Amino acid sequence: MTALPRAHELGLIGCHVCGLVCRQTSRQDSACPRCGSALERRKPDSVARTWALLIAAFMVYIPANVLPIMRTVSPGDIDDNTILTGIVELWDKGSQELAIIVFTASIVVPMLKFLVLGTLLICVQRGSKWAQPQRARLYRLIELIGHWSMLDVFVVAILTALVRFSLLSSVEPLPGVIFFGLTVVLTMFAALSFDPRMTWDAKGSE
Amino acid sequence: MPRWLICKDCDTVYRRLELTAGEVAVCARCGAVLERHHWFDIDALTALVLTALIVFIQGNLWPVATLSLNGQEISATLWDMIRIMWTDHSRIIGAITAVTLFFFPLLNMMGLGWLLLFARRRRRAPGFRLLMIMMHYLGPWTMSEVFVLGVLVAMVKAKSYFDVMPDPGIYAYAVLTVLITVFAGVDPRRLWDYVADRPP
Repeated sequence: MTALPRAHELGLIGCHVCGLVCRQTSRQDSACPRCGSALERRKPDSVARTWALLIAAFMVYIPANVLPIMRTVSPGDIDDNTILTGIVELWDKGSQELAIIVFTASIVVPMLKFLVLGTLLICVQRGSKWAQPQRARLYRLIELIGHWSMLDVFVVAILTALVRFSLLSSVEPLPGVIFFGLTVVLTMFAALSFDPRMTWDAKGSE
Repeated sequence: MPRWLICKDCDTVYRRLELTAGEVAVCARCGAVLERHHWFDIDALTALVLTALIVFIQGNLWPVATLSLNGQEISATLWDMIRIMWTDHSRIIGAITAVTLFFFPLLNMMGLGWLLLFARRRRRAPGFRLLMIMMHYLGPWTMSEVFVLGVLVAMVKAKSYFDVMPDPGIYAYAVLTVLITVFAGVDPRRLWDYVADRPP
């Protein structure tokens, strides 16, 4: 693969905002001549930042799953649902297809993000050349599907706005949904702060 | 057209090729899409953005669904949902829904529309640089398509207890989702090359 030169080998930097190909200078604070964004060979402190955001996301992910996210009040009955019991209820009473979609968005996608970003980070830290094309593909997958986890947060918000039959029936959000929303935001920031170019920075012959 | 291209995912440098209809340039090292041939010219894109903006306004003015129980009816718009969340329940959730479903999509569409109106005459709109940078950072945080699925799930969940009726707002949002999918294949970064690099 020697026919594929990388930017730093040619003394070039691609602007991460506008994509302009710029010549690398010795100055520390060089800026893109076209859009003015800082020119950096790699996102600064990418590994440390991504780890920090990922660990923070995992910490709020625990209460997000343990605490109930929604309360349904009807005469003589108060029903609190966590993410998982909400999915079970949807499976039993509503639609199994939708239950699978919600399960994917709320459980599979966040778990996948933790596993994939964790794996990518460990590989980068060890300078591993293992499965580089697959790791690149996994990162793009995470980027593409990351925001779909917000599904359950929106469902709770919509139900809260719609189910307001004063004494008869109402829906209220519970703290779990806040933790879950924060999990999604933090994992998205983690994915954005990871620099996929590091996957290909492992030293040695190709 | 600049002659060089750098893959944003792996830093590989390429000589740029002229693409013809249907062609996609893919990075030989990591498989990322480098560039697509664009089906839409600037006029078509402008029309699409204006359509998206109109549909977005409709989707926000009209309620998305109505529930009824013992003759009592409640309907809600997207903004009702944001307002109720913010004032009665959780400000954090209110803020997250407000920015990802209302402010960011609106800013994105208005920004792109503004740039395209000038780009049709090969001119850089006032604020071109800032708007291009803003759109780059807002991109991942617009979630209108997730909202459509959210309404669908909420309606199915509510169906076991109430009479549920979809309202025009959700149809407008469904159309918006289709338009967003079309836009997913368009890289607005080509505007940097398309309009001349001189102050307006």
